[in-house]
Amino acid sequence: MPPVGPRSGDAIFANVERVNAELFTLTYGAIVRQLLTDLEEVEEVNKQLDQMGYNIGIRLIDEFLAKSNVSRCVDFKETAEVIAKIGFKMFLGVTASVTNWDADGTCCSIVLEDNPLVDFVELPDTCQGLYYCNILSGVVRGALEMVSMKTEISWIRDMLRGDDAFELQVKLLKQVPEEYPYKDDE
Amino acid sequence: MIGVGKIKQYSNVLDKPLSKGKQEVSLSAFAFLFSELVQYNQTQVDNIAELERSRLEDAGYAVGARVLELLCHRDKGNRRETRLLGILSFVHSTVWKVLFGKVADSLEKGTEHEDEYMISEKELLVNRFISIPKDMGTFNCGAFVAGIVRGVLDGAGFPAVVTAHFVPVEGQQRPRTTILIKFAEEVLRREARLG
Repeated sequence: MPPVGPRSGDAIFANVERVNAELFTLTYGAIVRQLLTDLEEVEEVNKQLDQMGYNIGIRLIDEFLAKSNVSRCVDFKETAEVIAKIGFKMFLGVTASVTNWDADGTCCSIVLEDNPLVDFVELPDTCQGLYYCNILSGVVRGALEMVSMKTEISWIRDMLRGDDAFELQVKLLKQVPEEYPYKDDE
Repeated sequence: MIGVGKIKQYSNVLDKPLSKGKQEVSLSAFAFLFSELVQYNQTQVDNIAELERSRLEDAGYAVGARVLELLCHRDKGNRRETRLLGILSFVHSTVWKVLFGKVADSLEKGTEHEDEYMISEKELLVNRFISIPKDMGTFNCGAFVAGIVRGVLDGAGFPAVVTAHFVPVEGQQRPRTTILIKFAEEVLRREARLG
C-alpha cells in the first residue's frame, strides 16, 4: 500500500538510488566550462543554464509528484516549503529553508547553505557576472510552471560571489488556471 | 555587483577543507543533468562522430583530469601509479568505485593487439536511462566515460585513445558497454624499458 500523506524528504532520499555527488559536481562543471567556451558571453551562459534547468524542471516534477506523495498545496507558502524541504532533499540530498516572505505571500527566498553544485568551484575574474548555479533557478521555474504557477526567480546571494549562503528569490507572478482538454460530460 | 565588498567565507577554494567524498545526490539528478549535457551537445555538432569524439569525450576528459588529481591527493597520499597495470587497476577499481559506486565488471587485455585493454560494464551508469534512436547508429553516451578514462590516463602520463562501444551479450536484452583503451606507442616503450 502506498503511504498516506506526504513523505519526508529524508525518507525519500534514503530510498532512491544515489550517486556520488562528486561525479555530479564535476559533470556540472564540465557543462559550465563547455558553455563558457561555446557561447563566450557570460550572459548567454546564464541564459543557457537557466534553459537547461527549465528543461529538467518540466520533467522532474513528474518524478517529484510520483515519489513524494504530496497533494495539492493550499497556498504558495506551502509550495515553497515543499520545494525547500522535500524537493531539494529528494534530488540533491540537501535541505533548504524558506525566509523573507513579503506581505502578500507571493514572494520569498529559498536559502541553501549546502550546495553540491559548487564544490571545488571558484569564479575567475573573467566570470564574475556568471550565475554558476543558474540551472537551479531554471529547475524550480520549470517545475512550478508544470503545476500552474508562473514564477520569476533570481539570485539574491551567491557564495561564489562572496556571500554567506545561496539565496534564491522566488516570486509568484500568476497562477494559471488549469485547462482541461476534455469536457466534463465526455 | 552582488558580493563585492563582503567578506568571503574562504579567501580561496584551496583553503576549504577537502570533502571526504561521501556526499551523494539522487541518481535522477545526475541522469537529468547528463541528459541535458547530451542534448545540448547534440545542438553543437553535425554528426555522431563529432558528438562522441569532440564533445562528450571532451566533457569527460575534463572530469577525468580532476578526478585523478582529487583521488591521488585524497586516497593515495599524493602518489600516483607509474606502471601500466597499476594505472589500469586504479581506473578499474578506485576511480570506478568513487564515481560509479562499484568496481568495473571486468578489465581485460585485448587479444589481438598488445596495446589494447578493455574495461567492461554490464550497465554503465550513464547509459542507464538512454535509448539510442535508430538513426543515430552506433552512438554511445559512454563516450563521456571514455573521456573520463582518457583524462585520468593522460593526466597520469599514459596517453591513450579511449572509445566506448556497445557489445551485445547473449541472453541479455541490453548490450554491455566496453571502454576500449589503446595506449600510445611511447607508453608501451617505456613500460618495456621498465621491465
